[in-house]
Amino acid sequence: MALSGKLGRRDVAFVDRIGEIDWGLVALVTVIAGVGVAMLYSAAGGAVDSWCRSQAVRVAVFTPLMLAAAVVGLRFWMRHAYTVYALSLALVIAVEITGATGMGAQRWIDLYVFRLQPSEPMKIALVLALARYYHGIAPEDMGRLVLLLPPLAAVVLPTALVLRQPDLGTATMLVLGAGATMFAAGVRWWKFAAAAAAAAVAAPVIWGTLHDYQRSRVTTFLDPESDPLGAGYHIIQATIALGSGGLFGKGFLAGTQSQLDFLPERRTDFVFTTLAEEFGLVGAGAVLLLYGLLFVYGAAVALRARTQFGRLLAVGVSATLFLYVFINVAMVTGLIPVVGVPLPLISYGGTAMLTAMWGIGLLLCVSIDRDLVIGHGAGRFG
Amino acid sequence: MNRRDTRSGKTFARRTVILAGGQLALFSLLGARLYHLQIVEADRYRVLSDENRIDLRLLEPRRGRIVDRTGAELAMNRPNYCLVLAPEAAGAAERALDALAPYAALDDDERRRVLREAARGRPSLPILVREDLTWRDVAMIEVNAPRLPGLSIDERRTRHYPHGAALAHVLGYVAAVSEEEKRVSGDPLLSLPGFPVGKNGVEKIHDATLRGGAGSVRVEVNAHGRVVRELSRREGEAGRDVGLNIDLGLQTFAVRALGEEVASAVAMDIATGAVRALASTPAFDPNEFSRGMTNERWTELSRDTRWPLTNRAVSGRYPPGSVFKLAVALAALESGAVAAADKVFCPGRVKHGDRYYHCWKRHGHGAVDMVEAIAGSCDVYFYDRALKIGIGRIAEMARRLGCGSPLGLDLPSEAGGLIPTPGWKEAARDESWYPGDTIGAGIGQGYVLTTPLQLAAMTARIADGARAVAPRLARDPDADRPPPPPLGISKAALDIVRKGMNEVVNDRRGTAYDARIEDAAQAMAGKTGTSQVRRISVAERASGVIANEDLPWEERDHALFAAYAPVDSPRFALAVVLEHGGSSQRAAKIARDILIEAQRRFPLPEAPPAAGV
Repeated sequence: MALSGKLGRRDVAFVDRIGEIDWGLVALVTVIAGVGVAMLYSAAGGAVDSWCRSQAVRVAVFTPLMLAAAVVGLRFWMRHAYTVYALSLALVIAVEITGATGMGAQRWIDLYVFRLQPSEPMKIALVLALARYYHGIAPEDMGRLVLLLPPLAAVVLPTALVLRQPDLGTATMLVLGAGATMFAAGVRWWKFAAAAAAAAVAAPVIWGTLHDYQRSRVTTFLDPESDPLGAGYHIIQATIALGSGGLFGKGFLAGTQSQLDFLPERRTDFVFTTLAEEFGLVGAGAVLLLYGLLFVYGAAVALRARTQFGRLLAVGVSATLFLYVFINVAMVTGLIPVVGVPLPLISYGGTAMLTAMWGIGLLLCVSIDRDLVIGHGAGRFG
Repeated sequence: MNRRDTRSGKTFARRTVILAGGQLALFSLLGARLYHLQIVEADRYRVLSDENRIDLRLLEPRRGRIVDRTGAELAMNRPNYCLVLAPEAAGAAERALDALAPYAALDDDERRRVLREAARGRPSLPILVREDLTWRDVAMIEVNAPRLPGLSIDERRTRHYPHGAALAHVLGYVAAVSEEEKRVSGDPLLSLPGFPVGKNGVEKIHDATLRGGAGSVRVEVNAHGRVVRELSRREGEAGRDVGLNIDLGLQTFAVRALGEEVASAVAMDIATGAVRALASTPAFDPNEFSRGMTNERWTELSRDTRWPLTNRAVSGRYPPGSVFKLAVALAALESGAVAAADKVFCPGRVKHGDRYYHCWKRHGHGAVDMVEAIAGSCDVYFYDRALKIGIGRIAEMARRLGCGSPLGLDLPSEAGGLIPTPGWKEAARDESWYPGDTIGAGIGQGYVLTTPLQLAAMTARIADGARAVAPRLARDPDADRPPPPPLGISKAALDIVRKGMNEVVNDRRGTAYDARIEDAAQAMAGKTGTSQVRRISVAERASGVIANEDLPWEERDHALFAAYAPVDSPRFALAVVLEHGGSSQRAAKIARDILIEAQRRFPLPEAPPAAGV
């Protein structure tokens, strides 16, 4: 991916921005999304209708939005970081108040064209706000405890709301995504250790507030065979699908576990199992490699950027995308409990796709404005 | 500003590399996990995935039919249209039943049963909603199929007996396999729920032939147990038909001839032992069993004091009465101690020890030789002969004629009867044998018990004279049957006894003269028998024995008649037993009718063809 831009340039003229877009990354995103569309074609038993088509339509609609997010420029996101955060938080709160109930959890706002799950864009909005905040903090001030309070509040507020929904996966991602951003910003090691200790203490308390279905997900994760026809069924069938794929897989549209309905949620959270069953370790590894390229790109963009806001934004977004992929694959391969995190760009679903595209748009934006330097003055609590 | 960016940039770069390293480590973990699942354990999961999707199902072979000697169907498979439900999603069963309501409403119990079965996890077999649909129901459901998701018509088969009770005791019946039968047999077919197996009669004894062999089909099923496609199929072996020697026409005639009596009749072909009719009344409708019998109905049948479930012809044990005199006569002649012409004087009773033994004829037969004694059924003559030759010779002859043990007919529950000997009495009753016991045995009373089938076989052997013919229901290929062993009784002795049997029917003094067949070419010979059920007291003797008609039914004598026809070249042997039938003449008249019908239905080749076979 071409990161070698012209040095010494600051603001890039709007017209030139389009030319500056890293088309290599755009191509990578398109390939990953293409894999998604193909897997949805397979998950529908080889039918174009419904899932496959609407997913393709989403890719077509969201790609320009992604490019737009890149073109508007880093200053734009800097200026509106807190606004975006506030707006996202408002939507998460709105879900609590007026959200429709589905799958036993309130998670979306019906926008009539598609259902928006505000907790998804919240992940990016939180990173945006934190990057903005730490852009304004001087390195010598990083040790001051009082300065840790605003970002903590920014994390705890949406996390608490999401936990109420209850959505364990999103809450985990918010905390870890924010953690990665703050870690990159230079927050002291011991503070993370303290947070981890606090989490360990809080765990039993949280366990007490969990719903039965969430608890059963954890207990059946620990011993899926204990309930082979109930909650353990999903994990067992997903593992069988993966394992039986072998090295080269059973072939496109020939995954017996997927095609014969043994796989649960094979269009959404478990789409990776269909892929691994039909294309084997080779196919699954290739997809992980594509994601790997995305994260390498994210890290390179972060390291190359000159302004703190851009760097933190790139690291935070990149970490968030990584968490999506890692948690999803770890959960479908039985490494962690099933927490309901989609595979970005591949799983069926509008909001997750929108979120991923937005995040990648921000990466492209940081890449374009890699040489931009923004002052710190406007930062503090602004 | 620049310096500050540079300072934070150093921390940032270091930490970004740490983060990237962490990501790499976690990704490696995913890779290791995938490698473990997809390479190391791939074989295990491949097997599990095949077990998931491939279902081996047994194919039920068609059960063989049972046909009579002409090929007329006695037991067949009737199509049974069933409505079955295969729900694929939660709540689907309920919706399907709701959709069904306008076409075939289920009552609350049926609905609860179906929903209960549907709720029992992921079913691998469709749920039976309703059986025995009418054509109207089938058409209604087929036409509305698009509106009835998950419901379909399944064509199954039910065993059907078109002649119902007439052949119940010959055919038996089928019913769902029992746990015990499953345990004993290694046949995988029996593991099918509700698989029909023969429980009685020919259905039971020839079950292996009728059943056939299981086929199998490997199918790919989806997670809901619905068959997606067939992978391979191995056809089963259809059950073979069993042809019987039974003649349907003669059988139904015999059943009708017995009418409302509690009775049985067995007709045999003398040359081959082929059983042409085997009737036992009252009977039951075997279709009730294959349709699935209610507990109430079963209780009613099994508690009926007239025992409709018992096949009297093969498991009824009766004192043969005077019919047994044939065996005593042959034993006497073969012993060499007695000549046929030797006369015995019958005054109506004879004293032995301190007891009188009566003849059925109060004032006696006068002096009778053996032929006259058989024709007039003189008791005193046979008391004398029995004592003269002893129980040993009588028992030996009775056994040679087929009494005392099962004949090996291909029906379950064939009884052996009882031919008493001193050894038996010692062992079974711990009593010694008295001459009085021999006297009783001499007229087929006392301890002697025979089945109607044995009486028919005995008659066949006497009529045939050469071979120990054995009865057989199934029409086997000739090669499978060893020829019957020789009977080993002298022709001279048999001639005497047959002459006596002829006179029983065709002599004016014979006990069954009223039942004779006028047509000389079809004439029958036979022997009457009445066996006492009660003890006649000395006082009753004095005042006159009470006539059977004046007794309560269960105290009346059993009426027996054994016969063969035609007299000159015997073809059919027959035994009729009427429980508490009173007079043996009634049994003889029924026998006459059956033997006339038998000869009509089996015309001799040179005779003009009879109508309506």
